[in-house]
Amino acid sequence: MGVTEGVQPPLGMLAELTHRCPLHCPYCSNPVELVTRERELGTDEWCSVLDQARDLGVLQVHLSGGEPLARPDLPELVTRASDLGCYVNLVTSGLGLTEARLADLVDRGLAHVQLSVQGADAERANLLSGAKAHDHKLTAAELVKRFELPLSVNVVLHRANHDQLEGMIALAERMGADRLELANTQFYGWALRNRDALLPTREQLAAAEPVVRAATERLRGSMQVVYVLSDYYEQYPKPCMSGWGAQQLTVAPDGTVLPCPAATTITTLSLENVRERPLAEIWYDSESFNAYRGEDWMREPCRTCERRTIDFGGCRCQAFQLTGDAAAADPVCRRSPDRGLVDALLEAPHGSNEFVMRGMR
Amino acid sequence: MTPRLCRGVRLTYDHTRQTHVLLFPEGVLMPNATAAAVLELCDGERTVPDIAAALGERYAEVREDDVGDVLARLVDRRVVEWA
Ligand code: SF4
Ligand code: SF4
Repeated sequence: MGVTEGVQPPLGMLAELTHRCPLHCPYCSNPVELVTRERELGTDEWCSVLDQARDLGVLQVHLSGGEPLARPDLPELVTRASDLGCYVNLVTSGLGLTEARLADLVDRGLAHVQLSVQGADAERANLLSGAKAHDHKLTAAELVKRFELPLSVNVVLHRANHDQLEGMIALAERMGADRLELANTQFYGWALRNRDALLPTREQLAAAEPVVRAATERLRGSMQVVYVLSDYYEQYPKPCMSGWGAQQLTVAPDGTVLPCPAATTITTLSLENVRERPLAEIWYDSESFNAYRGEDWMREPCRTCERRTIDFGGCRCQAFQLTGDAAAADPVCRRSPDRGLVDALLEAPHGSNEFVMRGMR
Repeated sequence: MTPRLCRGVRLTYDHTRQTHVLLFPEGVLMPNATAAAVLELCDGERTVPDIAAALGERYAEVREDDVGDVLARLVDRRVVEWA
């Protein structure tokens, strides 16, 4: 260890209040093995996490899940985070967001809502979320606008909804979104199971590019459009946040503290829990946060690569998942000796279009 | 033209870092002392000359152009808009 020197306090915390969720998205990046309700942190424990996080320097709190509205103590947690001076963001499916609940949350200091969208119309959206969700989302967006909060719409793009890209952009416009994030699916947790059916085709990605570019231009000034590429098809990996353990931390429903939301992917990483150790110690001194901090852990080709300050060697989770070694270069990188693994996946015929919905029997 | 903070942007003081911070959906900005002083006056009512005059009472040699420059940068970062 001994990397603590020069480590900055975190800016943001993703608080995964619960893994329970009314939707069944096939692209869910939460782990296959979910935290059960009995193991979730209680209200006092979450309040302590929020206090500790603010002390540590956290300014942005993303209340997420699963569906955070499934927690009856959500209002108390919003009050706590907001009273501490944090910017509070609710990351929701929209299900369960009634006028009364939102009015209360706004009153308590909620600053921003991030709403997920699965498809452009009810038929597709309900199919892809495994629930009658679409109408609830329209209602939720309408409420957020009525309460004059900024609204971000988040779409995960994959093979079964790329054809509706234009429709989903139009939907976000109708919803009055201030920001639209169109992110090609990443393969962590549950999503990895469905990679075969979710991976967009080269043709889909080529068709998407001009659509996204035109929308970005047309909507400049009214709706910010952010597009996240499908990294498998790229030459270089996506940057790992702003570096491992650099600005963000995630607290899982049971109090496990993760350097990255997908960090449970790396089964060799020994993760720590707020139930056993103060958050500040975990941030500064734990093995898991120091494992891939800075550049000391890097090997060739990353160690001497001029892009290492841009992408930090790519994704640790993906390196582990595809090569079995979390300190390897992200195999998406064309300079990685393992790039062949990704190419093989791209070249494999897209066998099945069938995906397994999360938590549906 | 009167500048104001964009919807969803909040300006507060962070005691941990002992600096002003601008909080907004996508992130956090740490304005320098000059920018923070300007931001505190962006209420959608004051004009650029008003802001320069108000700052002039607290600091020596505040030029309208400098205030304008600071604001232009903040508009670029999508944290300030013209009302
Ligand atoms: S390790 Fe990978 S999944 Fe985790 S934050 Fe970095 S890039 Fe994202
Ligand atoms: S070699 Fe490493 S640092 Fe360089 S581009 Fe590839 S992943 Fe990034």
